[in-house]
Amino acid sequence: MCLAVPMRVKKINKNIAEVELSGIRRNIDISLIEGVNVGDYVIVHAGFAIQKLSKKDARTTLKLFSEMKNGT
Amino acid sequence: MPMKDDKILITYGAGGRQTRNLIENVLLKYFKDPALRLLPDSASLSIFKSCADICFTTDAYVVKPIFFPGGDIGKLSICGTINDLAVSGAKPLFISCSLIIEEGFRISDLEKILMSMADTAMLNSVRIVTGDTKVVDSGNGDGIFITTSGIGIKKKGLSMGIDKIKPGDAVIISGVPGMHEISIVNARENLGFKSNLKSDCASVYGLVSKVLSSSNGVKFMRDPTRGGLASVLNEIVSNRKYGIRIYEEKIPVTEEVSFFCEILGFDILNLASEGRVVMVVDRNDCEKVVSIMKKHSSGKMSSIIGYVTDELPGKVVMKTKTGGERFILMPSGRQLPRIC
Amino acid sequence: MNDLVSEIHRLSKKIKRQVKFMEVCGTHTMTIARSGLRNLLPDNITLISGPGCPVCVVPNSYIDRAIAISNLDKTRILTFGDMFRVPSSVSSLEKQRSNGAKIDIVYSPLDGLELARTHPDETIVFLGVGFETTAPIVARVIKYAEKEKIKNFLVLSGHRLIPPAMEALVSSPGHNIDGFICPGHVSVVIGAEPYRIFAERYGIACVITGFEVCDILQSIIYLLEMISEIKEKSVYIQYSRCVNKDGNITARKTMYDVFEPVDSEWRGLGIIPLSGLAIKDKYSDFDAKKIPVNISSYREKKGCLCGMVLKGIISPFDCKLFGKQCTPENPVGPCMVSSEGACAAYYAYERR
Repeated sequence: MCLAVPMRVKKINKNIAEVELSGIRRNIDISLIEGVNVGDYVIVHAGFAIQKLSKKDARTTLKLFSEMKNGT
Repeated sequence: MPMKDDKILITYGAGGRQTRNLIENVLLKYFKDPALRLLPDSASLSIFKSCADICFTTDAYVVKPIFFPGGDIGKLSICGTINDLAVSGAKPLFISCSLIIEEGFRISDLEKILMSMADTAMLNSVRIVTGDTKVVDSGNGDGIFITTSGIGIKKKGLSMGIDKIKPGDAVIISGVPGMHEISIVNARENLGFKSNLKSDCASVYGLVSKVLSSSNGVKFMRDPTRGGLASVLNEIVSNRKYGIRIYEEKIPVTEEVSFFCEILGFDILNLASEGRVVMVVDRNDCEKVVSIMKKHSSGKMSSIIGYVTDELPGKVVMKTKTGGERFILMPSGRQLPRIC
Repeated sequence: MNDLVSEIHRLSKKIKRQVKFMEVCGTHTMTIARSGLRNLLPDNITLISGPGCPVCVVPNSYIDRAIAISNLDKTRILTFGDMFRVPSSVSSLEKQRSNGAKIDIVYSPLDGLELARTHPDETIVFLGVGFETTAPIVARVIKYAEKEKIKNFLVLSGHRLIPPAMEALVSSPGHNIDGFICPGHVSVVIGAEPYRIFAERYGIACVITGFEVCDILQSIIYLLEMISEIKEKSVYIQYSRCVNKDGNITARKTMYDVFEPVDSEWRGLGIIPLSGLAIKDKYSDFDAKKIPVNISSYREKKGCLCGMVLKGIISPFDCKLFGKQCTPENPVGPCMVSSEGACAAYYAYERR
């Protein structure tokens, strides 16, 4: 239940948002969270956004993630 | 390990443990030629003692989708066979091409694939000199299957082979692993992710021949296709008195690849590449080799990822970034995208 | 990170006795195993895995039913990748596919709904497996199906709720859990409230934890601080960058609009009251349980100790079948083949 990563909202069309991270993009459903705007970060799981993150929190998560995963 | 099923399962083709099981328990029961003993990527055959060995290889290409970011089944079929010859130390010369085409397949798609094959062959100075074409009833194939066989001439004086590997030798990879499989899975499974990630499908001959002409220290090479880097490393240590220790922080990776693996739950070590080479090189030569590789357009992210060790016979371990250690096992089954 | 490890060693020296922390999330199981984190901890701290793998906790009867449905005419099963290779009483989805059954892997249940739209002549059955992170998502898709009057999309619910399972573990006498490493994304949905009972009634420290190694190390520090009474014993949110104490109310509302809690069987834990989710009557048109199939009485495989592993009573190494008859290629039980199973994690990653 936990493979969920923060991705940035690029476009919104009703219930669907295009999200992006490091060049990877997907359309996801945002109907399970309130008040999503372009530029927000959301946690994506199984094609849906389950949580909105502040920019600061998203950056912290991504930074931690980067430090752990990226090698040379 | 004895076979447990009486039917072929899809995972037997995945290139990991199950594939090896099938080969060792079923195929090798009937094919006993000494050339197969070490299950090399291509067979080294001596015809006349005075001449260099001929290398001979074959591979079938059943990739789906047929057209993917970074290539298509045609380009793959030529590069794959070139690479099998290249990592055996041979200059690829001639290729044969057998096509099995499903009834109803579009001729315009066939032409795209053939053009791709011709272009790739020309770019790599190999000649497609013979072939065969069959058509099967609709529903009996994934559009098109291609088998290519290749012949090359082995560089004289080369003494490479899994038997030459010793503790202390360095393990090098020529770039980020797994990009081919990621781009295929994303395209095939309709997972809905769009990205700039392309397959790494390419010939490694240029890079390999540059290394072999500059160093005598290369003991073994393989291209990490199905089963990925994990599969190659485990094959190297299988039934040996030595093991391999690699370092997670030394494995080349990009942000995009890491995130893809994270989102889909993939382990990058198990993912197939089609344009990378793994080398085992004498410790004294490894820095020179990796610096030569980095100067080549196909090897810019080359890295020494670890060393052969006498500490862990038959095993592959990885020192993680957290400072812990874990085993790297022969991959099992296909990487299935998971969500949890 | 070294600072975090040193702090853990310092705190655990003061505590002296053995402490046991349980995580109940498959991704925590994997992160701990893959990072080799156990090797860095002092000897008096034991990390055990609980029933955190949603695929491992569904009993064989669920997969048997899915397999029986897959054999029906004009029926297609869609599943998350996690379920594909899990063995049931007689077979697995993977084996069934090799026998010609229509079984596909999808990333999202929305893909399942789309398939139902484009294949009106097929019955599409989605295997709804997962805890509170996934159930609201499946619920939302069922609501879309209802709104669009899609008649050929059904869900076989195997969804379960984590807090009741945690309570079943700690209310059994003789448990020795000192602290819970609580799941991160389940908590995004349910918030912190459901774990309060463990701190208040059972005196067990709880920390809602993120998924990076330093998150887990930080959480272990908080648990140790609670045990040594530096901090008050309660539910602490370490993963505050994602989790807030009220959770995601919209997601919960959606989940409980479509599903209702029912008594449910968990592999190894037996029947736990109100721990599973069944589709409510008003959405019964989408309930795949009503599809009539014959399944012979299911059984767990002989010698399989997945249940004990899931309860955290034994470690995978303690199972006689581990690494011998039961391996990732030839799994006897789900814990060995699920990508989040404790046995799979130990087999692949833990030094022996």
